[in-house]
Amino acid sequence: MPNPAPSPAPRHPGTAAALLRALLPVLLIGVLLFLAPAVLSDFRQNLLAKFLCFAILAVGIDLLWGYTGVLSLGHGVWFGLGGYAMGMYLKMEDADGRLPDFMNWSGLTSVPWFWKPFEHPWFALPMALLGPGVAAFIVGFLIFRSRVKGAYFSIITQALALILSILFVGQQQYTGGTNGLTNFSTLFGFSLADRTTQDALYYITVSLLLLTMLFALWLTRAPLGSLLVAIRDDEDRVRFSGHNVTAVKALVFAISAALAGLAGALYVPQVGIISPANMGIVPSIEFVLLVAVGGRATITGAVLGAIIVSWARSTLSENYPDTWLYLFGALFIGSVLLFPAGIVGTWRALLRTRRLPLRIPRSPLRPQLDPQGAAHE
Amino acid sequence: MDIWLQQLFNGLSLGSILLLVAIGLAFSFGLMNVINMAHGEMIMIGAYCAYLTENLVGSGGADIAFLLALPLAFAVAGAVGMALEVTLIRRLYGRPLDTLLATWGVSLVLQQLARSIFGAPNVQVTTPSWLQGGIAVTGAFTMPYIRLFIIGMVLVAILLVWLYLTRTAAGRRTRATMQNREIAAALGVRTPRVDMLTFGLGSGLAGLAGCALALIGPIGPSLGTYYIVDSFLVVILGGIGQVVGTAIAALAIGGANALLEFQLSASVAKVLVFALVIAFLQWRPAGIIARRAAR
Repeated sequence: MPNPAPSPAPRHPGTAAALLRALLPVLLIGVLLFLAPAVLSDFRQNLLAKFLCFAILAVGIDLLWGYTGVLSLGHGVWFGLGGYAMGMYLKMEDADGRLPDFMNWSGLTSVPWFWKPFEHPWFALPMALLGPGVAAFIVGFLIFRSRVKGAYFSIITQALALILSILFVGQQQYTGGTNGLTNFSTLFGFSLADRTTQDALYYITVSLLLLTMLFALWLTRAPLGSLLVAIRDDEDRVRFSGHNVTAVKALVFAISAALAGLAGALYVPQVGIISPANMGIVPSIEFVLLVAVGGRATITGAVLGAIIVSWARSTLSENYPDTWLYLFGALFIGSVLLFPAGIVGTWRALLRTRRLPLRIPRSPLRPQLDPQGAAHE
Repeated sequence: MDIWLQQLFNGLSLGSILLLVAIGLAFSFGLMNVINMAHGEMIMIGAYCAYLTENLVGSGGADIAFLLALPLAFAVAGAVGMALEVTLIRRLYGRPLDTLLATWGVSLVLQQLARSIFGAPNVQVTTPSWLQGGIAVTGAFTMPYIRLFIIGMVLVAILLVWLYLTRTAAGRRTRATMQNREIAAALGVRTPRVDMLTFGLGSGLAGLAGCALALIGPIGPSLGTYYIVDSFLVVILGGIGQVVGTAIAALAIGGANALLEFQLSASVAKVLVFALVIAFLQWRPAGIIARRAAR
């Protein structure tokens, strides 16, 4: 690399024009999504709503991976916890004071104590965000404290995803086992089968996605955002400058997990099921692909990547059930090998309006593998 | 008491398989800084090699088929690994998180390939007659020949790897590259070649592990995914690039899994083992055996 490090995406909006340029994609996406139901069938609209849940989660992963350089392969866990919090509420509402059906089948005689509070929406809904957020903060703090970095962190979070999905399958009487939680009837008294309920949920999802994008844009332009990028580019230097890197990383991990929990909570009433299959290794790594394809360290990229990849995945698996995994695998390889900057990053490079937001070595030249450095890189 | 010994023995054989898988990961992960998510598929390839040789030799030759399968599994998995290194991983050095995503894609493709060739249902390998039965030590504690054979095979394989690394010119070049890539290259070591061979060796060992697994369970396209995460935990717990640490960690995780599984349910055992690994890393972040800080 002959050039010095290119600066990350320009911050310090300063002028109204810069602010507008940052908000323009959000505005455009918002308008399109609010108009989309006019041209989509009910089935397609429901699918799009599902993709938008993934988009909220992708923004969270982007904050963590694109901006802070921390790759979590366990976001299915946080998505799942948020989803289960919502699912538990729906299940309790469905049971209406009686025992939820699957508990009956697996021989429980009374509702377990930790299920009880979930009959109140004022408890279940905040828990969908706070549960994953707080859990991620604790796990993240412990892991980051022992200076586990880079790939090592990714592997540990992947183990977490595997283990929690196994645990949820195993504890059938409390979690519904492999089948997960399903057979919901109403949400706050509105029938989930009703078209108007689903329409309302769609608009709520779009609104929350736009809020998430605005929040992420604000965060990445705030001083904390600069700190995140600094940690990504040289963690030790940030630490030596007196910042508490462990706490900052744990915080952004928690924010990211809370967004995943929100996505999970929105996903459940619209898709109608949450199961361990949504939280294991495979969904977790697919969540990362959303951001990789869209473009790391760009909020718009995360959202576009989520919609495009989810759409491609569902179209391919519908039409080519035998070969779609080849195509999906090729997407993983191709996005990393050929378009490491993602859709938005490549687009920006083509327009040459901005520099690449990420410093990715393009030549096969190997950087020196310092034995000590390599141990935690 | 007997049942405890039995569990411990099962843990030992599970741990030795984990070790065989983890050695390859430790090469690529710890020393070349590459995370190979497709490593699990090398296990799967090795297992299908055992199935394939049995079908080629015919039902009468199950006894020798397995012996033929071992070198075949090593060679095929090793060749696939080398091809992977040359075509893909070489282009991604220095981007560990990107290798992770790309090799995950490779893993998807390989699994689907296995599904297309062998079908989605699991297949079975007949145990050779000379591995049936076991040694009855006490009343309820028997050591099955299969598991004894696996432990022995792993010991021999590890010994050979150690001899290769410490007693041959190629092994010396490998260690030199591991210690300081640039100095080694400056002194005339062809480091890309070393990378390719080391990667192939690690993949071949995983293939051997797959062959061993074919003896104790059914073979399916996603066989590798069951072992890959545990193997990664072994590498992290053992300390990066530490063969001794990796060995201790493999036996510890294998043993803990087997013992806890017997006491509690399998799912709770997994959670506990994971919690223990995290707790251990709080105490010794660099793993059981840390790389020496001073050079």
